[in-house]
Amino acid sequence: MTEASKTTGSLFEFGSKWDYAPAPEARDWVKLQSRYELFIGGKFVAPHSGRYFQTVSPSTEEVLAEVAEADEADVDAAVAAAEEAQRAWVALRPSERAKYMFRLARAVQERSRELAILESLDGGKPIKESRDVDLPLVCAHLFYHAGWADKLDLAFQGRAWRPLGVAGQIIPWNFPLLMAAWKIAPALACGNAVVLKPAETTPLTALHLARICQEIELPPGLVNIVTGAGTTGAALASHARVKKVAFTGSTDVGRKIQSAIAGSGKKLTLELGGKAANVVFGDAALDQAVEGIIGGIFFNQGHVCCAGSRLLVEESVAEELIAKLKDRMRTLRVGDPLDKNTDVGAINSKAQLETIRGLVRSGEEEGAERWSAPCELPGKGFWFSPTIFTGVTNTHRIAREEIFGPVLSVLTFRTAEEAVEKANNTMYGLSAGVWTSKGSKSFWMAQRLRAGVVWANTFNKFDPTAPFGGIKESGFGREGGRHGLNAYVEIEG
Amino acid sequence: MSDAHHDAQARLGVAKTYKFYVGGAFIRPESGRTYPVTSTIDSADAHHVNAPRASRKDLREAVRTAAGAWKGWAERTATNRGQIVYRIAEMLEARRGELHTQLVRAGATAADAEIEIDTSIDRCVYYAGFSDKFQALLSSSNPTGGPHFVFTVPESMGVVAVVAPEEAPLLGLLSMLLPALVSGNVVVAVTSECRPLPGLVLGEILATSDVPAGVVNIVSGVSAELAGELAKHREVAALHAASAEASVRAEVERLGAGSIKRVRTEGAAFAGELGSAGSQGLSHIERWLEPKTIWHPVAI
Repeated sequence: MTEASKTTGSLFEFGSKWDYAPAPEARDWVKLQSRYELFIGGKFVAPHSGRYFQTVSPSTEEVLAEVAEADEADVDAAVAAAEEAQRAWVALRPSERAKYMFRLARAVQERSRELAILESLDGGKPIKESRDVDLPLVCAHLFYHAGWADKLDLAFQGRAWRPLGVAGQIIPWNFPLLMAAWKIAPALACGNAVVLKPAETTPLTALHLARICQEIELPPGLVNIVTGAGTTGAALASHARVKKVAFTGSTDVGRKIQSAIAGSGKKLTLELGGKAANVVFGDAALDQAVEGIIGGIFFNQGHVCCAGSRLLVEESVAEELIAKLKDRMRTLRVGDPLDKNTDVGAINSKAQLETIRGLVRSGEEEGAERWSAPCELPGKGFWFSPTIFTGVTNTHRIAREEIFGPVLSVLTFRTAEEAVEKANNTMYGLSAGVWTSKGSKSFWMAQRLRAGVVWANTFNKFDPTAPFGGIKESGFGREGGRHGLNAYVEIEG
Repeated sequence: MSDAHHDAQARLGVAKTYKFYVGGAFIRPESGRTYPVTSTIDSADAHHVNAPRASRKDLREAVRTAAGAWKGWAERTATNRGQIVYRIAEMLEARRGELHTQLVRAGATAADAEIEIDTSIDRCVYYAGFSDKFQALLSSSNPTGGPHFVFTVPESMGVVAVVAPEEAPLLGLLSMLLPALVSGNVVVAVTSECRPLPGLVLGEILATSDVPAGVVNIVSGVSAELAGELAKHREVAALHAASAEASVRAEVERLGAGSIKRVRTEGAAFAGELGSAGSQGLSHIERWLEPKTIWHPVAI
């Protein structure tokens, strides 16, 4: 830190020179329906209950559309359609199955911008992310898994395998279409059919994906979309003819699902919460680390199960690093998700905003020191300024509970052993990060950090070829890579 | 005199008190409780044996002991773990006489007991040879779309609890224990409830097989009760439980959900299939491993 920045308080005091002109992504060409039905057996059908719920834009509170609410009868119809489609799907030549999936990947790729805009509208994430992260990854997942469909005999080291049947898949609101792709792609590649339930606050991109399935003439019933809230999800998970349940969401709901299907013989994979430690050593390249920490916690407003929400800094560099972090946080642009300059978008829902506020309050009450980036928040919609807590100890709620928002808790350590001890002192084990210039130390840490994914000198990187998933109460099973296929087959021997 | 018991020259056999094997030591149940193991077969030492009955506290102690042994076991070289598992085979072979007696006493025919012992020993040899190979089969180098070096490697989970089936008391227990053990996990095992002695004798064999203290811990008792406790225990990472009762299996799975435990249950058919081709293999090891994906940028 330079002397000048100490006196002015920030490295980046450029007056009004940070101002950017608005750069809105045009949305008028993206046609929204006023009402969306369920997608069952290749057709859009009205829900048995006749009930619909509204989906709103969290950045403006504008009602975007009304969406069908599936009940048990609808779920049953979707499962029946999937069962029938699955029988035909496994009878197809594997290379033909692959070609259908490649075709789907291509069609989604062609419609990427439209889907990115919808994602930002419905979910509140910056267009920069939906356009440059979510959609490219969606396409990559579909394309990657398409190629597995006719190579599965090579995937399991010579062991015999078979598809499971109908997979019931329940996904969250933080990466709506990406989670849909993570679930649908491996399931189809392995010869299963799916019934997918998107989150109730972000159903639109999955329903547009359904339209694409129709357009490319994917066999009807192979992909079914049943929208609704928790009761719809519960009906799907506990349906007798669903042989596989895949869930991404909170640890609490994961626990309920695991408990509800106990004794049923259903195969289960869970990708649940996290409280990732991001460990920075004094010998790290600090400016790179700052970028990694910022991306680790403020990417997607912190609505990320693997967010680096616990920063563990070596004491010798803590002061310097925290000053750099605050400087960098001052430059984050919070606002309209459809503005191409926006770094941090809207909080996904009012309920989530309340959760974040509650935990931040607890942090203040328990004695941690709060600092929020000075930024102007829009009057309408759900917003939260990027926030950092210092003076956090492992017993604070903000160090133990998943906030799922743009809130970073900073702890310090003196030795690598202490860093490992603190990092692993959590019921979660999804991801972790380590920053050091010493290669051997990064591997020493990577071996000891108890997490399914470890990012060394990087953070929040995803790829269809790289297995992702947690240990401990962050769930079980992997998504992506060869390991991810295990979730959708029964393997012998 | 025809009755040996009244022969003044006859020698009285020395009966053994069976104990748990925990932390490398042979210990009695903390509660002092035992339960009778009866046999239809006469045997040299006794007609009636008291087996130790584990309490919740005994289990907690065993889990704590196992957890403490995990780091050392997981950090041993893969080759060394393989040699130790092979040593178990050698010790089983040397103790086959006693194992045979125990299996026959537990109701097996002499021929079936031979087969169970042979299969058990061969299973040890099979898994011993896997200790330094499953890593290559279950790892991957991931060609991600960016300048990163990314690989996925299997790691052990920690404490894997095993509840053996009632039938095949030796082979059942070993078939569940070995794949978890060879891959670096530590084990808390519950023997067959009504045929606990082969499992308890296995503890004596492990004690002389260079298996470090605490890496495998064996107790006996009321299996359904102990399985439930293990399912609830937060330090138990995974549970593999056999029970012929569907209600017990469902309850164990339900209780395991409290800590998002990896739970696998086996039904009545399990013990009968322990000689089949699918009863050992890579999948049995893979179950008790967690893939860890490690990313590092590639740059100058």
